[in-house]
Amino acid sequence: MSYLGFLFANLGRKKVRTWLTFLSIVVCFLLFGLLRTVGGMFSGPVNLAGVDRLVVSPKYSIIDPLPISHMNVLRGLSGVQSAAHADWFGGNYLDFGLAFPTIPVKPREYFNVYSELEITQADLDTFENTRTGAVASRSTAERFGWQIGDTIPIMGNIYPQEDGALLWEFELVGIYDRPNSSGGNFEDFYIHYDYFEEAKQHSKGMIGWISVKVDHPDEAALLASDIDALFENSRNPTRTMTENEYNAQFTKQLGNIGMMINMILTAVFFSILLLVANTMIQSFRERLSDLGVLKALGFNDGWVARMVLYESLLLNVSGAVVGIGLSYLSLIGLEPMLSNFGVVELTSANLIFAMAIAALLGLVVGAIPAIRASSLPIVDVLKARG
Amino acid sequence: MKHIIDIRELHKTYQRGGERISVLDHIDLTVDEGGYLALMGPSGSGKTTLLNMIGGLDVPTKGSVNVCGVNIAQLKGRALANWRAQNIGFVFQFYNLMDVLSAQRNVELPLLLTKLSKKERQKRALTALDIVGLANRAKHKPSELSGGQLQRVAIARALVADQRILVCDEPTGDLDRASANQILDLMEILNTSHHKTIVMVTHDPEAARHAHECLHLDKGRLSAEVNA
Repeated sequence: MSYLGFLFANLGRKKVRTWLTFLSIVVCFLLFGLLRTVGGMFSGPVNLAGVDRLVVSPKYSIIDPLPISHMNVLRGLSGVQSAAHADWFGGNYLDFGLAFPTIPVKPREYFNVYSELEITQADLDTFENTRTGAVASRSTAERFGWQIGDTIPIMGNIYPQEDGALLWEFELVGIYDRPNSSGGNFEDFYIHYDYFEEAKQHSKGMIGWISVKVDHPDEAALLASDIDALFENSRNPTRTMTENEYNAQFTKQLGNIGMMINMILTAVFFSILLLVANTMIQSFRERLSDLGVLKALGFNDGWVARMVLYESLLLNVSGAVVGIGLSYLSLIGLEPMLSNFGVVELTSANLIFAMAIAALLGLVVGAIPAIRASSLPIVDVLKARG
Repeated sequence: MKHIIDIRELHKTYQRGGERISVLDHIDLTVDEGGYLALMGPSGSGKTTLLNMIGGLDVPTKGSVNVCGVNIAQLKGRALANWRAQNIGFVFQFYNLMDVLSAQRNVELPLLLTKLSKKERQKRALTALDIVGLANRAKHKPSELSGGQLQRVAIARALVADQRILVCDEPTGDLDRASANQILDLMEILNTSHHKTIVMVTHDPEAARHAHECLHLDKGRLSAEVNA
């Protein structure tokens, strides 16, 4: 029997309880791995190098608009291959439970910048020439059973029409595909900017953001700073970033994601702390006589205390290893859905942090039983056993 | 012959509330190496307390307890634990085996304190089990063994690290007559063939008859020798 085998044997005293506790720890660290990774995508550093497309957005808030005149300035800038503007229409289809991103765009410009979107030339021409036209992704069209020619009613919640009406109607004139989305959730519904611009009640001449295709990806970082410098002293300064960062910014409008994640994790770890501490204390009480016998056999107070502490560490750290391993596998599966927001990667910093928490948890919950085991009077324990 | 146990002027008192209770009073006792001593007496007479003193589980209030050449009254903590591990094998009335470990692993336990390799520990545990006639039950858990077998496993654990003294507290107290006799025969073999010094507390006159010497303890004082 090895020392480790002895620790495992002790943990196996109440198998069901130990397994349940172990699984709780696994779930806790699975959540840790997932949430910290997702949180990191919203707060991590941004690498502009090597990207072929940038998003120029308002500097202070994505709900501030940009003047469409920025487009002309950008088009003339060295290093900009092409540019397309877009906006967030908002709105809901049928009722509040069915929503998808509705984006007013200039058809040719936009599909030129987003060349990975596949649309037939005929559909694009029709879209270009139909002011009330719209195109949907295949997944969105299939989701709602739309056919070409259908009228799609959208209830606006940001932009009323000039007469104050909130209901907008668009004619579905095309379907596009996004083969490289790897099955991701890509639901954008594009409407014609010209119609939107003419019909909307306010914010005329303003746009939400501009997507810029760069000539040389290696110079993307430099171009981004050039663009922001260009508008720095205008009434509408910009912040140029990668698409992933921009998507993350969008989600950040929900609130401080990092803080929310840390609060959730704190609550989860506090619950686990109580649960595992309860398990360890119960386990300690149930084997007082075993601990007394170990001491009688010559195991000193420190040895017995360390054994109790190591059991706690073993339970917590092994649970953490399995939990983090599962989160790693889960992130591989979730990558297609999350990749729009950044690099899906369980960082080594998070791994180290998880192991440090597991060790700390093990030490904290094992400390009280270990101290009590250390001071256990042999004679009294053996007497109690009879 | 050399005294392996030499107790002089041993006193043990406990404080219970405001009352001072004397458990052992003026105990002088010697046991020769290879001796076999039975301690008898009524409940509460101090037999187990005296046994605990000899085994280094308890400390005297006054007096000296020399066992294996060491005055263990002066040892504390780690030193006392080390001394116990090297010199004393305990056999308890209720076996005190660990339920989660097999017989072999229970026997192997004291060897975790040594620097022996895992393989050597396993070998020695199997040898000890063989001595008590339970090599074929090595993989069995305590719940799969009878009372007599459990006590034999406990004895194997008490001698696996080659301890010089076996301290036995009512080793047959939980066994039927036939099993008790097997245990007593085994202890006699350990005493005669393996030269283990045995100190045994018992209520059982039949058990006491196996000892070379039997002392009676009453109200904390050693009185007459019952038999020899």
